[in-house]
Amino acid sequence: MNVNPILSVEGLGKRFSSGGGFFSRATQVHAVVDVTFNVGPQTSLGLVGESGCGKSTLARCLLRLIEPDEGRVLFENEDIAGLLRPALRRMRQRMQMVFQDPYASLNPRRTVFQTLAEPLRVHGLAKGDGIETRVGAALAEVGLPVDSAKRFPHEFSGGQRQRICIARALVVEPRLIIADEPVSALDVSVQAQVLKLLEGLRERHGLSLLFVSHDLGVVRHVCDRVAVMYLGRIIEEAPVPEIFDQPLHPYTQMLRAASPVPDPQARFALPRVMGEIPSAMNPPSGCAFHPRCPQAMARCSEERPRLVDVGAGRCVACHLHSAASAEPFV
Amino acid sequence: MSMPDTTLEPVRGWTHRFRANPTSWLGIVLIVAVILAAVLAPHISSFDPLEQSVGDRLMAPSAEHFLGTDSFGRDVLSRLLHAARISLTIGVLSIALAMVLGSAIGVAAGYVGGWFDSMVTAILDVLLSFPTLLLGLMVVAMLGPSIENLVIAIALTELAPFARVVRAPTIVLKSRDFIEAGRALGFSDVRLVVVHIIPNLLSEVVVVASLWLATAIRTEASLSFIGLGVKPPTATWGGMIREGFENILDAPWLAVAPGIAILITVLGLNLMGDGLRDAIDPKARRD
Amino acid sequence: MLDVRSLTVEFRSGGVWHPAVRSVEFAIARNETLAVVGESGSGKSVTALAVMGLVPAASGRVAAGSSIRVDGRELVGLPEKALDEVRGNRVAMIFQEPMTALNPTMTVGEQVAESVRVHRGLGAAAAWSESQRVLDQVKIPSASKRMRDYPHQFSGGMRQRVMIAMALACQPAVLLADEPTTALDVTIQAQVLSLIEDLKKEFGLGVLFITHNLGVVALVADRVAVMYAGEIVETANVSGLFAAPLHPYTEALLASMPRVDRDISAIEPIQGNVPSIREVGVGCAFAPRCRLAQDRCSRERPPLSRIDDTRTVRCWVRGGTA
Repeated sequence: MNVNPILSVEGLGKRFSSGGGFFSRATQVHAVVDVTFNVGPQTSLGLVGESGCGKSTLARCLLRLIEPDEGRVLFENEDIAGLLRPALRRMRQRMQMVFQDPYASLNPRRTVFQTLAEPLRVHGLAKGDGIETRVGAALAEVGLPVDSAKRFPHEFSGGQRQRICIARALVVEPRLIIADEPVSALDVSVQAQVLKLLEGLRERHGLSLLFVSHDLGVVRHVCDRVAVMYLGRIIEEAPVPEIFDQPLHPYTQMLRAASPVPDPQARFALPRVMGEIPSAMNPPSGCAFHPRCPQAMARCSEERPRLVDVGAGRCVACHLHSAASAEPFV
Repeated sequence: MSMPDTTLEPVRGWTHRFRANPTSWLGIVLIVAVILAAVLAPHISSFDPLEQSVGDRLMAPSAEHFLGTDSFGRDVLSRLLHAARISLTIGVLSIALAMVLGSAIGVAAGYVGGWFDSMVTAILDVLLSFPTLLLGLMVVAMLGPSIENLVIAIALTELAPFARVVRAPTIVLKSRDFIEAGRALGFSDVRLVVVHIIPNLLSEVVVVASLWLATAIRTEASLSFIGLGVKPPTATWGGMIREGFENILDAPWLAVAPGIAILITVLGLNLMGDGLRDAIDPKARRD
Repeated sequence: MLDVRSLTVEFRSGGVWHPAVRSVEFAIARNETLAVVGESGSGKSVTALAVMGLVPAASGRVAAGSSIRVDGRELVGLPEKALDEVRGNRVAMIFQEPMTALNPTMTVGEQVAESVRVHRGLGAAAAWSESQRVLDQVKIPSASKRMRDYPHQFSGGMRQRVMIAMALACQPAVLLADEPTTALDVTIQAQVLSLIEDLKKEFGLGVLFITHNLGVVALVADRVAVMYAGEIVETANVSGLFAAPLHPYTEALLASMPRVDRDISAIEPIQGNVPSIREVGVGCAFAPRCRLAQDRCSRERPPLSRIDDTRTVRCWVRGGTA
């Protein structure tokens, strides 16, 4: 699995300061804590979690849109932390991002052509007629008519705008695309169109994908592996479909059970979900999930479980699954 | 799934709304009249504005001198028309300067943020709390009266509003996804500011420019009135009011005519500016 | 309890009135949840607004011939004052974004109490204790203390509960819920849906639940109405709809959804886009995108035909009428 991963993240951490002033010290919010995972070439990893789990912050750290405080990110075996301007720009050509809100992701005053041509110019990937050709090709790939290039974003629907964003990410020919909730703001039938597009693109271009989402159904369909985050940490990682059919961590189980399924028979398994998602400013002691966990033990409030390998390519951070012989997941 | 954020989208249909507003039309008519008067001044003036004629001093309005003559025998109407050129030129130049400098400062403060932003905002607050006239006065007193210095002085008084008005949208735009996307695509900060942020601020800037042009003209008139403006014998509205003041009881038209000229110009600009603002942001109309 | 017939709502665009909701009919009984499911542009939210009498008067209107009856009382054409009595009292509504529906400058307790005072005529003290009782009912922890907090001090899920409390404080007969959990996290959504279900049973409410999420429909609905481009295209009870969808749109929608409980080799997106209210022409609104479309479909608009006791469908091909 980890044969030369295209993206390797080790111990990544990011803190934010909140509040504070002359008379009170600011509280530290740990948005991302000790995150470690790999994305293999031509595979897709899903990152799931609810509000405050840190998945969006994590995604931005990978592109250095936010600077991480700890840990390393290796892209194509190169540590991105040390990169200077020109090298950073090159990296940004090969690792691209698609955002959640199709209405805010495009400059409303630029035509589609200008939006797609700009990265080509900035990275020196094409000149003159070459630009037109590549823009046309990118539009065709995402299933938009060539004359879209002359128009402005407001003339398109949400789904079409998202395709334009994908085209913009594709036009620089990246190896990895980080998609932050790319279909969450879209209607169901439009979602399907964009997902199918992403599928096709992955196959044709051999792209790797890091897919951040809160929708387990979408993630099951798109991803090969899934990492589940809770309050800044990864608490379980496993291949699809095992992680959904037999979730190990109680939070993953709760998430799975609470996810609506278009089957009326499934409603009788609606779990009694306890409690609220805790604030990152005041995380619980020990295992962050223990106050809401139906299987919590005494140990859980005292000692935080480490992420351990439990075989079959799965790892989980839970005292229920930390046999003494298990290896810590490095 | 959250609702799409449609603030700061380019405004569509604003020309339609602007045209539909009758007061905007009045504003445009007035402004066009003033501009025409200024542009055509040399051609429609029957007299040379500087030509003195001691024998014809302080004549009341007549067929020959539509607005009479002043204490030097100069034709008031001709002076009025030529003064329009001065006032408009100074006004437009100072606004242009203020717009460029003020917007640059405001965008920089909003984009860079942090202590730089705090510092700039504090300075802007100080500038804004100065009465406009006092500020202009101080600058002219320091630099000496001349047209260039007058433009600079007035520009300084107009700087802060521009900076203020572009700073807030810059902060909002900075965190917008398309700016983040640009950064993710490897665009430099300079490119993001110049190519992406500034074009999205233009409507705000235009509205402020038209409203503050009126203030600029009033400021110029005030400075000329107290004698710190353009030096005589060049005709300026403010200067004409000053001169007319001395003869206010005998020859009231000397002060009233330029006063009305200023009124028309400022009114026209305000109506047009309000119309623009209402057309661009109809929600603001409610208050 | 809620009986809607021939409801047509029109909006003005460019000087012309276009129907956003066309001849919609449904009824909700006590203790029953009707889910109205549709995507953007289906008219589902407008329908709920029309029932509440909240269609913005400047740009929209409920067309003549529409009928909305609550407990037998006709609401269409009622003057504002009379409508005010019904709103919040017999019919209550909760919205997607609790932050915009709650007054940020009033404490939560005050807002619930206000609704009680206005509709049930209780005095200040009685209203306050009633407010606490209701907040307890929606399981706000330490309700007596938290009543004095402002909306921004609550999490999204808690605010939604407050909105539900306000809606139920006056013991309405009908609850309209417009995408109440769409903005919430999955686990919180499960809690809020359970709460609505419990309250429905306790008060015998009729619930109109609007959503775009078929998974949520399967969780909460007794009966389902599917809307497309302003019309109801299919109604069924919930098990029937998922086991055997009749309308091609319903089928296509189900086939385009990825699921967490099973692997789907390929999801089938629906080609094309939802027509805007200006674009709907003669004939079936779904015909341009329908894989079963025949000639007749683009020429004539199919009526809603009744298949059996529990089913209706608006389709020439599946509707079975000549």
